[in-house]
Amino acid sequence: MRLEKRAERSVKMAIASPFIALALTVVSAALIFAMRGDNPFYALYVYFIEPLTALWTVEQVLVKAAPLVLIGAGLAVAYRANVWNIGAEGQLTAGAICAGAIPILFPTWQSPLTLLSMLVMGIVGGMAWGAIPAYLRNRFHANEILTSLMLVYVVQLFLDWLVRGPWRDPQGFNFPKSITFSDWQLLPYLTSGIHAGVIISLLVALALGFVMTRTLKGFEITVTGHSLRAARFSGFSEKHTVMFCMLLSGGLAGLAGAIEISSVVGQLQPQISPGYGFAAIIVAFLGRLNPIGAIFAGLLLALSYIGGEAVQTALQIPDKITRVIQGILLFYVLACDTLILYRFTSGAKA
Amino acid sequence: MTAIVPQLEARNIVKIFGTLKANDDVSLTVMPGEIHAFLGENGAGKSTLVKMIYGALQPTSGQFIWDGKDITVRNPAEARKLGIGMVFQHFSLFEALTVAENIALAIDGAFDLAALAKRIRQVSADYGLPVDPDAVVGDLSVGERQRIEILRCLLQNPKLLIMDEPTSVLTPQEADQLFVVLKRLASEGCAVLYISHRLEEVKGLCSAATILRHGKVVASVDPRTETAASLARLMVGAEVHSVKHTDTTQRGRERLILKNLSHVGDGAFSVSLKNISLSIAAGEVVAIAGVAGNGQGELFDALSGEEILKDPAMLVADGVPIGWRGINARRKAGMAFVAEERLGHGAVPNLALSTNMVLTRHADDTEISKRGLVNNAKAILAKERIVKNYDVRKGKADPEARALSGGNLQKFVMGRELDRNPGILIVNQPTWGVDAGATAAIRQALVDLSRAGSAVLIISQDLDEIFEVADRIAVISRGQLSEAKPASTLTREAIGLLMAGAHEEASHAA
Amino acid sequence: MEIFLTLLTIVMTAATPLLLAALGETVTERSGVLNLGVEGMMIMGAVGGFGGAYLSGNPWVGVFFSIVGGMFMALLFGILTLQLLANQVATGLALTLLGLGLSALLGESFVGQPGVKLPTVSGIDPLIPFSIIMVGVVSWLLFRSKAGLIIRAVGNSHASAHALGYNVIAVRFCCVLFGGAMSGLAGGYLSLVYTPQWVENMSAGKGWIALALVVFASWLPLRVLAGAYLFGTISILSFVFQAMSLGIPSQLLSSLPYIGTILALVVISGNKALTRRNTPASLGQPFVPDR
Repeated sequence: MRLEKRAERSVKMAIASPFIALALTVVSAALIFAMRGDNPFYALYVYFIEPLTALWTVEQVLVKAAPLVLIGAGLAVAYRANVWNIGAEGQLTAGAICAGAIPILFPTWQSPLTLLSMLVMGIVGGMAWGAIPAYLRNRFHANEILTSLMLVYVVQLFLDWLVRGPWRDPQGFNFPKSITFSDWQLLPYLTSGIHAGVIISLLVALALGFVMTRTLKGFEITVTGHSLRAARFSGFSEKHTVMFCMLLSGGLAGLAGAIEISSVVGQLQPQISPGYGFAAIIVAFLGRLNPIGAIFAGLLLALSYIGGEAVQTALQIPDKITRVIQGILLFYVLACDTLILYRFTSGAKA
Repeated sequence: MTAIVPQLEARNIVKIFGTLKANDDVSLTVMPGEIHAFLGENGAGKSTLVKMIYGALQPTSGQFIWDGKDITVRNPAEARKLGIGMVFQHFSLFEALTVAENIALAIDGAFDLAALAKRIRQVSADYGLPVDPDAVVGDLSVGERQRIEILRCLLQNPKLLIMDEPTSVLTPQEADQLFVVLKRLASEGCAVLYISHRLEEVKGLCSAATILRHGKVVASVDPRTETAASLARLMVGAEVHSVKHTDTTQRGRERLILKNLSHVGDGAFSVSLKNISLSIAAGEVVAIAGVAGNGQGELFDALSGEEILKDPAMLVADGVPIGWRGINARRKAGMAFVAEERLGHGAVPNLALSTNMVLTRHADDTEISKRGLVNNAKAILAKERIVKNYDVRKGKADPEARALSGGNLQKFVMGRELDRNPGILIVNQPTWGVDAGATAAIRQALVDLSRAGSAVLIISQDLDEIFEVADRIAVISRGQLSEAKPASTLTREAIGLLMAGAHEEASHAA
Repeated sequence: MEIFLTLLTIVMTAATPLLLAALGETVTERSGVLNLGVEGMMIMGAVGGFGGAYLSGNPWVGVFFSIVGGMFMALLFGILTLQLLANQVATGLALTLLGLGLSALLGESFVGQPGVKLPTVSGIDPLIPFSIIMVGVVSWLLFRSKAGLIIRAVGNSHASAHALGYNVIAVRFCCVLFGGAMSGLAGGYLSLVYTPQWVENMSAGKGWIALALVVFASWLPLRVLAGAYLFGTISILSFVFQAMSLGIPSQLLSSLPYIGTILALVVISGNKALTRRNTPASLGQPFVPDR
């Protein structure tokens, strides 16, 4: 058996590969459960199916999917251009800090604009944090993978300092938390469980899907990712594209941060996301680096979080299993993507 | 009299890649001390056969016989052990390593770079192939790099030397020096398998020739008794079309003017352009000849606007100074560009042809792109038009660019620009790696465009091509351009001298 | 004087895991493979090291299993990128995400357990001299041996190496596994020497800093040594300042290594002449043998 390059990418495999990867992940998860001595079929049911059988858990999946889709769609676009932003977790944090500044510094400002300005501040914060790696790559050729990741640690430590220091709630019994936000500083809920952020993320992903397939900007991003030389021949500037992608993916991560603190979290605290910024990397790849694909991938990853909580309660399996399953899923996605460009041929080495 | 045993015999070699029969029952005999030409068009299967001889590929069926004995060459190391050396067309060198390190990688035995450097000096002096063993390959010229490849073979005392298109990167004078070395090797008993499609040099150098077409041997001849035309017929299998010219007696208005164009390259290995002046008029084809790596790529980038010039007046198109404008502004001004590298520069390999239409057309073709939106349906229509008008052959309706053969992709990227009816067309290596049929079509299209009133500039390494299409010829060498002279007043020898730098300004006067 | 020696020991202890991981990655990258999964290999080494030592009571068993942990992850990386030709950047990220998750799951029962420390001689553990010897070994290997020449050749142009008959995939696989072993050992150092206990996520970005070190050192082992000790010094500065209680927020001090990494990358990457000469030309490019 050896790999042979296909004359063209296989459309069939492009559609099939995420499903093959998912199937392999389910099998691997079953093996892990079985090795732990749990009934694998029951565990799989609890993990992957049960959350979808009750309305409130479905709502939870949707709410968890919102930040994942939002960030994942932005990362998908950036990765298409070979701009490797892996610091979305930091941009999310920066967005949350900037958005949180409004209710914390102006706790009494009550206006329809309050919430809007929080969301805008979130975008601005994420963009600013994303602009740093872009600038350093454009100006100094510094690798954006490393710089964007280092900035995650920096901004998380900064948030830690804020909520333990100047922004700590004076009435908060010394807990490292800011004041809790008031009604008008929180996103409206559409049902008892689903907040407006879910709609925002869906619309953003659809809009990005349109940008990638129908606009010159999308063409520019695609061409830049395939070949810098051809992009230059087409009159596009690599630096502009790098900056655009970092601002876009950073801004969306920042928006996700603003949405999180103005809905589920409701205040600033040292940890505001269970690693959405990193899980969104998986979302982007599982969604085939396609913003529309990120919608489905985000839902699946959200399900894996909820399922992880479910098996912990029902079977006392540590919720660390969630990250293992997510990691395995990404591995299989990458392995299966091979089948799009290559095929296995039997026989001797040519 | 004892019969001489052939050095190498290939018997009924077949090589199949998937559904493609790259070699179909190929047989060939190379005698010791013989310089044997192996002729064929691009894609005829020459490289496939020599890769099998060198052990880089295995035949599907058939037998190689070496010195009278059946052999199987499992890998290049085994081939080298037998005494088979190979000089690749696209050199197999490592730019970041020194000459001695490069050679050490192809030599078995103790690893002692100092001793090796000494031997390199010795052999290079002996054969008149000067190189410095401590130089880093990335800093060397193409000709010097070829010498390293040859030395790498010579150090192993080869019995058979395979040369894959060795002169395509050399000046005529450098090529002559190479022939001296090859003839000496042959006189010492070494067999040479010489792959080329340059028929004149084969006639002068080789005493036997095997001709391959579509993977099959079509003839084995003595090239000295053939004419270049008869060899070409055997290679192509049909009468070769020559380009139809109507000579322009009157030059039209100047459409493109390069005035003291200078540009400093920013890469470590890039060539700086110095004071290049040239003007191209409506109705003429001007060619820039030169050995690869003398600033052709840099000049193309400066003309296309991928590199912006220091002074707008360095480049004037139809009376407008455009040196400061980017590539799309230049396209809007009526210019069109065809890059040397088809895959990855002129077209994106993994994108569909229709998407590749957008690449050079989005700025000035409002059908395809307007107000930041791309009209995919219109791009498909435009692609259809070009495929039809320029006879681009392809498997699927809208394949990825990389799925096309070199010739068909070249017709596509050429057609994409011709379709816009450009006033000024600049083409780098118009027919590099393209089969004879497509070559003739492309050259004819270039001449036709100029006769319709456009200015055409081609940058080419192929002197045959230049003499076929050009009205005037200039030569680039180390970033400097000679004065353009009418093609009818120039000989190959004169151009060869210019390629070697006869026109260059003495940078440090003696 | 004594305080100076103590400080030096702390610096060496902080520098050694970075040095080990960065040396391994230097060899990997010299062969043309960009393995961004150092963090993942390191954390698996850390959990393997802690587990091996804790369950057997012998720290050397821990050292062995830290290497096994790193190599296991490197094996996954090699299969995906070299055999299945997956994108190296993405696979490296996957390695890190999987390693962090898997180590947390495997180490669930180790949390809060007392660790087994490697023996030390006047504050110096055996891995410190080992890491410094490895600088010499890797230098010699890369620049004085035929094997190293082949590694650099493969990293410079896999097409040429293939044309000369070298097995590009095999060479790269060996280098990836070496990198995994060294990263795993670096992780083991964390859980056997640096802080002899198991804490989830205990590598805390050190794998990423090691990656940056490789760039910072422009792929030269001696500069990796210098860089690792420079970073070791920066990271213990926070302890020193905290001890001096100058009122600087501890978070600011903790972020110094990360900010320092960014600054180092900026300074080195901006220097084109330095990076161009040593950057392996085919770094990160997948190799497909043509026909």
